[in-house]
Amino acid sequence: MAIDNEMVKQVAFLARLKVEDDKIEETKDEFNKILNWIEQLKEVDTSDIMPLVSVNDSSIPMREDTITDGNVKEAVLKNAPMQEFGYFAVPKVVE
Amino acid sequence: MTYTIKTEKNEWEIVCGLEIHCQIISKSKIFSGASTEFGDDANVNVSFIDAGMPGMLPVLNKECVKQAVKTGLGLNAQINKHSVFSRKNYFYPDQPNGYQITQYEYPIVGKGAVKIDLSDGTSKEIGITRIHIEQDAAKSIHDLNPKKSYIDFNRAGVGLMEIVTEPDFRSPEEAGAFLRKLRSIVRYLGTCDGNMDEGSMRCDASISVRLKGEQKMRERAEVKNVNSVKFAMQAIENEAKRQVEIYEQGGTIEQQTRQFDQTTGQTKFLRLKEYADDYRYFPEPDLPPLYLTDEYIENIKKEMVELPDAKKDRFIKDYALTAYDADILTESRQTADFFEQAAKGHDGKKVANWILGDLFANLNANKLTLEQSPITPEMIGELVDLIAKNVISGKIAKDVFVYMWENPKMPSQIVEEKGLKQVTDTGAIEAVIDSVLAQNPDNVAAYKAGKVNLFGFFVGQVMKASKGAANPQMVNEILKKKLG
Amino acid sequence: MTDLIKLTVSEALKGLKSRQFSAVELTKAYIKQMEEGRKYNAYVVETTEQALEQAKLSDEHYTNGTNRALEGIPLGVKDLFCTKGIQTTACSHILDNFVPQYESTVTQNLLNNGSVFLGKLNMDEFAMGSSTETSYYKPAVNPYSKDKLLVPGGSSGGSAAAVCANMCAAATGTDTGGSIRQPASFCGITGIKPTYGRCSRWGIIAYASSLDQAGPMTKDVRDAAIMLKCMAGYDPKDSTSANIEVPDFEKVLGQDIKGLKIGIPKEYRSDGLNKEVASYWDKAAEMFKLRGAEIVEISLPHTKYALPTYYIIAPAETSSNLARYDGIRYGLRINGEKADDLYINTRTKGFGAEVKRRIMIGTYVLSAGYYDAYYIKAQKVRRLIKQDFEKAFEKCDLILTPTSPFSAFEIGDKSMNENPINMYLNDVFTVSVNLAGLPALSLPIGLDSKGLPLGMQLIGRAFDEETIFKAGYALEEDVAFKRK
Ligand SMILES: [Mg+2]
Ligand SMILES: [Zn+2]
Repeated sequence: MAIDNEMVKQVAFLARLKVEDDKIEETKDEFNKILNWIEQLKEVDTSDIMPLVSVNDSSIPMREDTITDGNVKEAVLKNAPMQEFGYFAVPKVVE
Repeated sequence: MTYTIKTEKNEWEIVCGLEIHCQIISKSKIFSGASTEFGDDANVNVSFIDAGMPGMLPVLNKECVKQAVKTGLGLNAQINKHSVFSRKNYFYPDQPNGYQITQYEYPIVGKGAVKIDLSDGTSKEIGITRIHIEQDAAKSIHDLNPKKSYIDFNRAGVGLMEIVTEPDFRSPEEAGAFLRKLRSIVRYLGTCDGNMDEGSMRCDASISVRLKGEQKMRERAEVKNVNSVKFAMQAIENEAKRQVEIYEQGGTIEQQTRQFDQTTGQTKFLRLKEYADDYRYFPEPDLPPLYLTDEYIENIKKEMVELPDAKKDRFIKDYALTAYDADILTESRQTADFFEQAAKGHDGKKVANWILGDLFANLNANKLTLEQSPITPEMIGELVDLIAKNVISGKIAKDVFVYMWENPKMPSQIVEEKGLKQVTDTGAIEAVIDSVLAQNPDNVAAYKAGKVNLFGFFVGQVMKASKGAANPQMVNEILKKKLG
Repeated sequence: MTDLIKLTVSEALKGLKSRQFSAVELTKAYIKQMEEGRKYNAYVVETTEQALEQAKLSDEHYTNGTNRALEGIPLGVKDLFCTKGIQTTACSHILDNFVPQYESTVTQNLLNNGSVFLGKLNMDEFAMGSSTETSYYKPAVNPYSKDKLLVPGGSSGGSAAAVCANMCAAATGTDTGGSIRQPASFCGITGIKPTYGRCSRWGIIAYASSLDQAGPMTKDVRDAAIMLKCMAGYDPKDSTSANIEVPDFEKVLGQDIKGLKIGIPKEYRSDGLNKEVASYWDKAAEMFKLRGAEIVEISLPHTKYALPTYYIIAPAETSSNLARYDGIRYGLRINGEKADDLYINTRTKGFGAEVKRRIMIGTYVLSAGYYDAYYIKAQKVRRLIKQDFEKAFEKCDLILTPTSPFSAFEIGDKSMNENPINMYLNDVFTVSVNLAGLPALSLPIGLDSKGLPLGMQLIGRAFDEETIFKAGYALEEDVAFKRK
């Protein structure tokens, strides 16, 4: 499943990364090299095998419904590169 | 009742499914211990988890699971004993982690069905595809700055149930009836407060049209965030009409996301479904799968309250109510409970009349909710009883009701204080009648000469003379006898 | 006074308890060594003032007799652990100036046990790499370097270098595919990756959630046992944390290993295996045999597929885990006109080449149309790899393998840097352990002809770190590796 330049751009956008135009070819080649190597897995017969999601197959632990957190506004905003009026600021989002 | 859009050439049918996001009622968020309280200062009810800080991990809130199971049972749906949390990956400023924790291939609730009643007296089953639980996003504030949006994470991480229906709706009315029914069910269960205008219940409608008789589904448009029952109905109607118009002009519909405009009632284009909608779902590695036992589900079943459908049937049977009255009385659990409390040991049908009549009229006129009513169920019950026992007449009862509304006391006390007790002493009534007849010899003569419609005049005079306290039935009988 | 910095944790604890020296003296000795060792670029943040404060408190605890398990022991902390009030960047530009307002569970456990933190240790950016060359703060240097600068391995390269050069008594590391064991091997120290779930991941910046585990990097096996006991434990804040009691690992040290079955996986001995590595491997097996252990040949048939499997699963999880770095709530922000511009600018500038490579691979393997072929396939092979170990452990109690196929290489090594796959091959012996969630220890076995350390790996059953420690301690005695 070799990927082309267009796919490199699409994947980069999905990941919100920019690949400079003059780097696309190179990125694509590198990508294909890694994917080719990964595709060794095709050799493995996995027809009756269930995917393994997590190594511990215990059931999810659950918390009681009590308020034990929050009320740390200052700490939550402490590292914000841009905050105003107690909000995180972002470029205008229009929907 | 079949609903179609007729044009000169064709007859079109609507195919619509709904996705409803219901905020789960719980004290804390679905994956953190922060409060779900609204209306607080921005970013106050936010934990480091809700703000997507590095290294933070989710821990599932028990209550959210229970609420989803309850809702599933309320929608007659399959509860899945094995479900899995997944990540839905997308970038948006209100999504702190760059992904939403939700359920995808293995939701907690599977297929179910809800019966809706339509205005022509027919009813219909709407299929429930699934319910999954997930986290809500943050809130963006757009009107504080022309160039910036501001993010408040108070809502981020509040538990949601996403209820997905089959594309079973064929008319706006059906969708409206379903939304009202769903709202009533979640309110009964106490799993969601169902306030669409406040956003605790949000509806997306997926709408397509097809020629009547056509089997396949055509491309659909998804209309996002319609926040009232009325708007949902409007959106479906207008979007369907828009699509019909395009088809009739030889155009095609592309799969797309649209937005409902409250001012025009129309839908408007937002974006096409495209590569950016590739959410790259995969199982959430921070959360093991959720396993529920039969015992757990059985215990929740035991705790289930009676739902509107069952209650309505029982009201019709036990209290001899009409389907219409029972429907109104069971729409909310508060009303139903009020009614049942009032009807306890009294004539249910009469109690229903008082509630649906005088009580609702007064509440409406004063813009009060049932919880704010000055009149208690016990007062209504007693009032009905006083009439039944001939202590007061129906007419006096109306006055008693007005007194009760203004100065809440038990009706028996009001009757006592105001001396409104009906006179049932034959002698006393006879005396009044005698005096009325004596004062109106001309009319008595006229009556006897055949002018029988004067009977009402005499009744009126007697009632007036007794200040309304005479038992009207006795007045009738004695008058008839005296006038011969 | 003896050279304090050369003492192991257990030796230092003895000295502190018997008041041969104070915690402040011990900390000062390490601070001095940190200054001398700056050329190794092991620390990215030094917290010497705080360390002295902590040491002072520790001395008080010794005076009061309230000293705890690690009272006054100066430690280095990998920069992947969030430390309250201390800059934590995962050695990435994108987390510029990030100061967590919370403490990771593992480091909190260490603090609760009385240890002293000297600073934050260099690592590959977000733990992605095998050489610390991807660190935004330039590579750490292997203290075994002579004429040319060698890598300390990675990603916990700063931790390995610091322990090796006696710039801390012990350090924390994390291991996703070999990130504790390979640098331990390169720097001639001991490191254990515990069973998945043994240490809480809460507060550790996530790389690949289903694989990440924290563990200690120490001067010897006893220290690893002491440190792990203090770091590990069930944490309700991490839903994947194991609710299993943590044994006193130190207790098993020195116990007889007679009759222990030690498995040698035949698939690890390929034709291309480095001769010196192979002969040390034989030597280690021989040592075990002499102590009465039984050497059995085992098969791990899917070994060859472990790395490709890892390079699907880890990037997939990372593409999602690293989506939160968006310039909004913390770290680097490169503004843009729209939200998407803000994301793209920040992330393109903030992430290094290897991190971006893995994010993109991960994004691709999760995207629609490729998910089954890559991600699901990898999960299936992951199960086969886990089953390989389960079968092997029917025949043996412990598995012995080399840690790394070679010794430390030069910083800027051409073949490693030209082809990412060559770099990935560093983890060929370690990565399957992470995929299976098992515990594994690396300890030094000797020096190769270049005078560089090589390590041996002992892999145990899930939650059976005790057997690893027992055998590791025996092997350590026989090897008598001379530490720096
Ligand atoms: Mg949806
Ligand atoms: Zn949803």
